[in-house]
Amino acid sequence: MVNVLVCVKRVPDSSSQVVLTPDNQAVDGRHAGFTVSSHEECAIELAVRLAEATGGLATVLTLGPAEATEQLRSALAVGCGAAVHIEADGVAFGPADVAREIAAVVRSHEAEGRGHDLVLLGNDASDTGDFQVGIRLAYALGLPVVNGVSTLEVADGVVSAHVDGPDGPETYSVPTPMVATVLEGGVEPRYPTLKGRIGAKKVELETRSAATQPAGAHRVRLRLPPPAPTTVEILGEGPEAAPSVVDLFEKLGIR
Amino acid sequence: MILLWLECDANGVTEISLETVAFARSLSAAGGGIVIRAALFGDVPEAARDQLAAHGVDEVHHVTGSAYDAYSGAAWASALQDIRERTTCVVVAAAGSPRGNEVIAHLAARLDVPMAANVLSFSGLAPFEVTRQVAGGSALEDMRLPRRPALFTVAGHSWTATPADQRTTPVWHEESPAVAEADLIARVSARGEAKEDSSGALTSSRVVVGAGRGAGGPNGFGGVMELAEMLDGALGVSRVVTSLGWRPHHEQIGQTGSRISPELYIPCGISGAIQHWAGCSSSKTILAINTDAEAPMVTKAHYAVIGDMHEVVPAIVAELKRRAV
Ligand SMILES: Cc1cc2nc3c(=O)[nH]c(=O)nc-3n(C[C@H](O)[C@H](O)[C@H](O)COP(=O)(O)OP(=O)(O)OC[C@H]3O[C@@H](n4cnc5c(N)ncnc54)[C@H](O)[C@@H]3O)c2cc1C
Repeated sequence: MVNVLVCVKRVPDSSSQVVLTPDNQAVDGRHAGFTVSSHEECAIELAVRLAEATGGLATVLTLGPAEATEQLRSALAVGCGAAVHIEADGVAFGPADVAREIAAVVRSHEAEGRGHDLVLLGNDASDTGDFQVGIRLAYALGLPVVNGVSTLEVADGVVSAHVDGPDGPETYSVPTPMVATVLEGGVEPRYPTLKGRIGAKKVELETRSAATQPAGAHRVRLRLPPPAPTTVEILGEGPEAAPSVVDLFEKLGIR
Repeated sequence: MILLWLECDANGVTEISLETVAFARSLSAAGGGIVIRAALFGDVPEAARDQLAAHGVDEVHHVTGSAYDAYSGAAWASALQDIRERTTCVVVAAAGSPRGNEVIAHLAARLDVPMAANVLSFSGLAPFEVTRQVAGGSALEDMRLPRRPALFTVAGHSWTATPADQRTTPVWHEESPAVAEADLIARVSARGEAKEDSSGALTSSRVVVGAGRGAGGPNGFGGVMELAEMLDGALGVSRVVTSLGWRPHHEQIGQTGSRISPELYIPCGISGAIQHWAGCSSSKTILAINTDAEAPMVTKAHYAVIGDMHEVVPAIVAELKRRAV
């Protein structure tokens, strides 16, 4: 039985044009809508598969505003069995603050006899791109951490975590409890079923407030980069451009 | 003093690590000639020695020993922490590669100081302020690093890996700092062979033909694959294509896929979102094929053909065949 905690963050959907909030402290998702990063979607999928395979429990956690319960419900709809909401203004929390808050929840669950064998996070969030919350969490808990995991299995209290390393596939064998950050690509996140969605509405959320005052993210401001000037040479329109294209190949020595 | 963690591959120090050295030289100059130290772990190819001298590194800490035979983020960071304490470096940086971000994050957690990922530039030394890429590169963040050491990674391809004006004769320190058992728990315990069909061909090909949502569906890749084959190139795709399951993930180009730098990249039906651009911007020449003349991929490209890829690509293939006879 493997109990997994999977940590997600409500972020603006970044597939469309990025807009900043009026105070320039965050990316504004009011028009684009909100989601969780794709790494986290994969982390949820891994958590649910582990829980299903072992008769354990996948618990989803988020730190964020009241609206972030939407992301918790989505995770419940695809198979998480419990959810924790640390209600807080996420923008005021830097990566070290978030790690400390998650650590407080993990410790309190441990003390209540419902500890987690594995804590999963995304490798980095698609808005702030800090690349460090999972690692800071591991240190806060005194646990080992593997970064950039694409798939994992647990057997006899040992996690085999697979990473696409710079020189090919790598495996880490680490005893539980441990922390892992997930990189998208290893598993295909499932879509919620109607039954899943209905079930998700019935789960009672564990709502908590932040344990400490945040130190902040040391952010001065966000800015949008200036548009780059274009110097493109249009070779033509439609299939008639083919001869010019092949001329270009010849000029570049490609053919 | 500045301490850099540099990565090597079989050919020497990696390109983005050398970019990080270029960033460090600029920081060193702004600070009146701050000494640049580099830490390298494990096997260091012969070529790296010359590169470090050419790129202006002053001192090299070469870390080896059984604790460092297999990668462990915690062990690497522990050695870096040891070197930085002995040398009192006030800045520790690495390339914004997966490992670079990981190692610096470990160090940040150990020292309980802030870390800035994917830094593009610095604007002040006191207070030390940096600008970094956030939101996958679609926005910039000005961030302060008030604590010492200042820890950050340098965004890939934001600097050019040019050699220094003046060569150095780096002083080599061979060392093997002790590592606590706890830092060796999460280390690589097994390695597999790199898959033949994985991103290898994509990152080493002289020509890459790209396909995005414009392909239209899983059966829309015939033309681009034929073109790639005729040009002795590889096929690369956008994330929309892999998310929809039209093509496997190892073909993805971009921030969360492969970074390519071919002689010629031909993105077809790819809009050129910043996350895709992050993986293809170092292509020597880009020829975009797109129905939309305003698509970022078109405006950022060197050359473009405006039109339907399902008409343009077969016409190029036909023209290549016509000229081949
Ligand atoms: C954290 C994060 C990481 C990401 N990482 C990556 C990554 O690694 N790689 C990546 O690619 N994306 C990545 N993305 C996604 C990225 O934001 C874009 O959504 C994606 O690149 C768009 O893919 P596309 O260009 O194929 O599709 P679209 O943006 O939908 O563009 C399709 C283009 O095709 C053109 N077109 C349509 N039909 C035709 C036709 N018949 N002939 C010619 N042109 C046509 C259109 O004009 C348009 O320009 C990431 C996003 C996030 C948030």
